[in-house]
Amino acid sequence: MITYALGLAMVCFGLGLILNLWRLAIGPTVADRVLALDTMVVNVIAIIVLFGIQTGQGINFEAAMLFALTGFVGTVAFCKYLLRGSVIE
Amino acid sequence: MTFALEILLSVLLVVGGIFGLTGSYGLIRLKDRMQRLHAPTKASTIGVGTALIASMLHGLMIGTGFSWQEVLVMIFIFVTAPITANYLSKVHLHSRHYGDALPKTGVSRDWATFDRTTEGAEPMLPSRDS
Repeated sequence: MITYALGLAMVCFGLGLILNLWRLAIGPTVADRVLALDTMVVNVIAIIVLFGIQTGQGINFEAAMLFALTGFVGTVAFCKYLLRGSVIE
Repeated sequence: MTFALEILLSVLLVVGGIFGLTGSYGLIRLKDRMQRLHAPTKASTIGVGTALIASMLHGLMIGTGFSWQEVLVMIFIFVTAPITANYLSKVHLHSRHYGDALPKTGVSRDWATFDRTTEGAEPMLPSRDS
């Protein structure tokens, strides 16, 4: 039963990634694209965690943690650049 | 016991997947930029949160033991999601798209992110050419 639920959840997050990619392509402003990229990072973290459940190996959760760290820093740096014109003043 | 835990895990996974799909669909569906900022928070809290709780319970169930990485990922996502939302809404406000459509503050001064007086706090830093 877990196998079917896992498949359904992975399909849902994968469809979410495709929708985010669409918003990334058509987004009217740069801020919309940054938001779409941030949501893509969240969805990819969820997919990595679900893959970790499927394989039963612990190495995937470290990859998810690295993704969370770099996604946050990237989003904040991009917003800082859009707001102030430079990342570190 | 194991069957009940399996049902709990399946419910958590299905709920997380549906919330993640809803958040990403809202990113496409909603019209306004501030509304679009609202939708993916559902995916980042409930979607990823239930997936991580399911992962922790599954690790306990199959016997590999409790692992701290899921707790760390959950704490990090829950701490950083408001910060990124704050920065993105600031970018939206400063792009001057709204103009008169912004709601009134109710007091005499404007929204705090448009304050000019906060720049006086900068000279505390040492100057670069000293």
